[in-house]
Amino acid sequence: MTTYGTVLDALGDPTRRSVLELVAERPQPVGELAARLPVSRPAVSQHLRVLKDAGLVTDTAVGTQRVYRLDTRGVAALRAYLDRFWDDSLAAYARAVEQDPAAPEERP
Amino acid sequence: MSTEQQVGTTSPVPAGDTAPIVRTLTVAASPERAFDVFTAGMARWWKGDYHLGDQPFVDVVVEPREGGRWYERDADGAECTWGRVLAWEPPGRLVLAWQIGSDWAYDPGLLTEVEVRFTGMTGADGAVTTRVDFEHCGLEAYAKRAVEMRASLGSPGGWGGLLEDFATATAG
Repeated sequence: MTTYGTVLDALGDPTRRSVLELVAERPQPVGELAARLPVSRPAVSQHLRVLKDAGLVTDTAVGTQRVYRLDTRGVAALRAYLDRFWDDSLAAYARAVEQDPAAPEERP
Repeated sequence: MSTEQQVGTTSPVPAGDTAPIVRTLTVAASPERAFDVFTAGMARWWKGDYHLGDQPFVDVVVEPREGGRWYERDADGAECTWGRVLAWEPPGRLVLAWQIGSDWAYDPGLLTEVEVRFTGMTGADGAVTTRVDFEHCGLEAYAKRAVEMRASLGSPGGWGGLLEDFATATAG
C-alpha cells in the first residue's frame, strides 16, 4: 500500500517527526522551525518537502514567507460534523431547560 | 438554531478547520436550573443515537466535582467513559474534557474541551433568563492524535478518512 508507505517513510526520520510535531503545535514559517531545531534551514526545508509530498503538511504564502501547517482536511470534515451535532444537541438542551420539570418528558 | 455569535478568542487565531465551535443561546430559566439540566439532566437532551457503548444509554452521568468522571450507562449497568470534569463551578461555569474520537469511541490520548458559562439576566419585566455561552475547543488535538496514531503504526481505525485523503493526495 503505497499511501501508507509514503507516510511511514516520511515519519521514519526522527528529525522529520520533530518538524511535524512543531507544525502540529501551530502554523509557522521555515525560519521559525529551523530556529527551534538543531538542524540547518535547508535541512528543514527538505524535511518539509517530504512531509508535504506525503500529505502531512500544507503550506500557504503569507507575504514573502511560506507558512507550514498540519494538513487537517480530515479535521475540517470532523469539525463540520461536530458543528451540526452541537446545533442539534444544544437545541434539545434548550427545550429540556424550558420544559416544566413536572411535565411528562417528550422523547425526541 | 441560529444563535451563533462570532466571539474573539484571546489565543492566536487557529486555522479555521480547528477553530473552536462557539454558540450562545438564551434560555428562560435560572442559571441554577440551566446548569442542572446541562449536567444532572444530560440524558434528557443528549441524542440517544450518540452512544459509545454497544447498547443505548439509560443515563449520562457528570460526576459533580472537579476530576469527576463523565460517562454513559446502559440498561445492563455497563459504563462507557466519555471524558472527565475539568472545572465544576455551579451555577456559573462548567468545563468537560471531551475525549471522544472521530469514530465515537473513548480515546484517553485525546483531549478537547467543552466549556459552558451560565450568566443570569433579569429582563425589564422581571423575568429571569440565562445566557449560555458554549465553546468546544482544542479540536487541533484530533489532528495531533492522527499524527501520533500514524507515527506509532497503531490502529489505522479512528482516522480512516484522513488516510483516504492521503491515498487521494499521494495518488494524484
